Amino acid sequence: MVSEMKIVEEPRKTLSMHPRKFGMWLFLGSVLMLFASWTSAYIVRRAEGNWLYFELPNIFRWTSLVILASSITMQMAYRSARRNQLSQLKNWMMATAILGLVFLAGQWMGWADLVRNSVYFIGNPAGSFVYVITGFHGLHLISAIIYVLIVLKSSFKGKIGPANMAPIEMCATYWHFLGALWIYLFVFLTINR
Amino acid sequence: MATIDTHIPADVQHGDHEHDHEHEHHGNFWTNYIFSQDHKVIAKQFLITGMAWALIGGTLSVIFRLQLGFPDANLEWLRPLLGGWITDQGKIDTEFYLALVTMHGTIMVFFVLTAGLSGTFSNFLIPLQVGARDMASGFMNMLSYWFFFLSSAVMFTSFFISTGPASGGWTAYPPLSALPQAMDGSGLGMTLWLVAMALFIVSTLLGGINYITTVINMRTQGMSFTRLPLTIWAFFFTAIIGLLSFPVLFGAALLLIFDRSFGTSFYLSDIFIGGEALPHVGGSPILFQHLFWFLGHPEVYIVLLPALGITSEIIATNSRKPIFGYKAMVGSMLFIAILSFVVWAHHMFVTGMNPFLGSIFTLLTLIIAVPSAVKIFNYVTTLWQGNIRFTSAMLFSIGLVSFFLTGGITGLFLGNSAVDIQLHDTYFVVAHFHLVMGSASFFGMIAGIYHWFPKMFGRMMDERLGSIHFWVTFLGVYFVFFPMHYIGIAGFPRRYYSWTNFETFSSFADLNMLVSIAAIITLSAQFIFLFNFFYSIFRGKLAPANPWGATTLEWTTPRHPKHGNWPGEIPHVYRWPYDYSKPGAKEDYIPQTIPYSETPESNLPHENELIKLEMEGTGAIVVDEKKH
Repeated sequence: MVSEMKIVEEPRKTLSMHPRKFGMWLFLGSVLMLFASWTSAYIVRRAEGNWLYFELPNIFRWTSLVILASSITMQMAYRSARRNQLSQLKNWMMATAILGLVFLAGQWMGWADLVRNSVYFIGNPAGSFVYVITGFHGLHLISAIIYVLIVLKSSFKGKIGPANMAPIEMCATYWHFLGALWIYLFVFLTINR
Repeated sequence: MATIDTHIPADVQHGDHEHDHEHEHHGNFWTNYIFSQDHKVIAKQFLITGMAWALIGGTLSVIFRLQLGFPDANLEWLRPLLGGWITDQGKIDTEFYLALVTMHGTIMVFFVLTAGLSGTFSNFLIPLQVGARDMASGFMNMLSYWFFFLSSAVMFTSFFISTGPASGGWTAYPPLSALPQAMDGSGLGMTLWLVAMALFIVSTLLGGINYITTVINMRTQGMSFTRLPLTIWAFFFTAIIGLLSFPVLFGAALLLIFDRSFGTSFYLSDIFIGGEALPHVGGSPILFQHLFWFLGHPEVYIVLLPALGITSEIIATNSRKPIFGYKAMVGSMLFIAILSFVVWAHHMFVTGMNPFLGSIFTLLTLIIAVPSAVKIFNYVTTLWQGNIRFTSAMLFSIGLVSFFLTGGITGLFLGNSAVDIQLHDTYFVVAHFHLVMGSASFFGMIAGIYHWFPKMFGRMMDERLGSIHFWVTFLGVYFVFFPMHYIGIAGFPRRYYSWTNFETFSSFADLNMLVSIAAIITLSAQFIFLFNFFYSIFRGKLAPANPWGATTLEWTTPRHPKHGNWPGEIPHVYRWPYDYSKPGAKEDYIPQTIPYSETPESNLPHENELIKLEMEGTGAIVVDEKKH
């Protein structure tokens, strides 16, 4: 059999990554472009004048802290998964989801503050932009909370662990991305009043 | 060496092992043909849907060409088709005329040349040419088609509502598109347009993520980036452009939806209707143009690059010569892709933009001529002294090069902000983009169909009908669009229903008639193609395994590849895809799967070095290639 075998050169392996994780990064790229389009539009529109000046709600500072904290709990969940500590993993994941909900509640209160200051969704684009940007960030965060719950469910089934890190890795990537995105949006909106 | 190492993490590898052992997938009709996750079936779904849309889009154009070419004709005979859109005088309703041009543009740009072209060939060729069983995610791929189908259904529905489809132009500029009271088409028709476009963007993003992931991660062993066929490079860049630009259109469309339905003022300000001011204050319609064209210009290359990639492949194969300047081809596509994001404002020279800004965008726009010229040069030098075989696919590819040149040259005029002020929104622009983007991409798509039909359906298309189709279409396209340059320089604005009110323009009536007659003939010629296509699916000559003597991987599959593409293990790749007419070789092509050690007669010195280098790795661990 060996004599029949043709010996040819071995072609090189190609560079490759986990396809789904890679796809997640591409998805994040397109989400980033969506928000980049709005922040650019914000700058272009603001440069034209006729702009309403108002203070961002103070609560956005607190929600920024909340979302940073949630990134830490998410990272702890990830570490627990890598160390195969299932009960801790569940606790951290739940903490992350709860912090996410707290963040959303804070954003909602921020909107209420804006309304109290007579900044409405309908009116000068300065206000409308804040609602659209925070609103769509919130929508993405809702999807991330659902994602966390899905991963939590599969960790209850014992499917998450050192042998299967991909789901929680992707979930953590998405979560950290949305946290960083919020920090960017918050800083952007604070600077470009 | 007997086992196959697909170097994919364990949790996605299970599919591969199934394929290795038991190859047949016995699904039912629904899973095999309707909700299939096989990239080849999805490609055919995109193709058939795209062809249906092309027929609709083409028919719309002929209807409005009837009005432009024969303004006095009685069109009563169209009443069975258009019903109330034909007025009592036997004329096309003026608002419906605007709906016709709007829908023609939308359908052709998005549904035919984006979904129909990228959707078909990226899906069909990426896994086959990089050596993968399927796309990275078959499910997402299926979703991509069905979002496109939903989008198509919504867009198609808008033809049957009493106020008619969207009519504010395919660019949907506010305030025209934002205010329902502006025109009939800005009511429900525009809402449906926006819904359809949102669904379409979701489809494109799902597809694009899959294409990029597959090209980067699912290549077979040996398929390094420098061994990728140019088709794959083109689809790869196209998908990246789409991924970066379509979200921006999504953002723009969302703001437009808020303006239309929720009363915000992103794009609207100081508008009076019937003497009464609207409540919208503080918006800027120019903002929409910025956002729209940030997608809109890259979209031009989303449409064009796949066609250029297909052409590269077909011209090299049918000239029996390696593509001239492979790296220059890749580099110019990369350069075009990058430049496409920094030239959008050349669509907006007359919006009152700062002239200094205009000159910057002029400069950036004119730079695009450099990579474009590199591509044309390389096509011509690939053809030069080749053993050219004029297959139908080859004819259409050469046609593409011709259109890319004639249409591209007028781009140099239009890219100049000073010249553009005269030519903006005239038929000169129409002639320019229909040649360089519309016809060139359409020819690329048709060339691709002729070339890969044997792989898609296992049969050959008729070559004689193919060349008749080519000559009528090629001449027809020039007869349609060449006179438009003159009409445009004379100052005819596009999208106008009629010019009979202007005495100056009467002298061009016969030229317009010629254009319209040519358009009708060109559309009719497409029925030759449709007949050829559907007849050949069932009755065409049986295709040999490799009818064109091509080197790429898709021709190593069986005549009817099953889901999974290769019955055994995935072939390895040892060389680049353009070893045509290599001196010393036995045949005039060497497939990518032939190792250098089997072709000592034709190896170049550095290729012999490569054998030694790679032999050392046999059976041992092979060094992973690093990304460059």
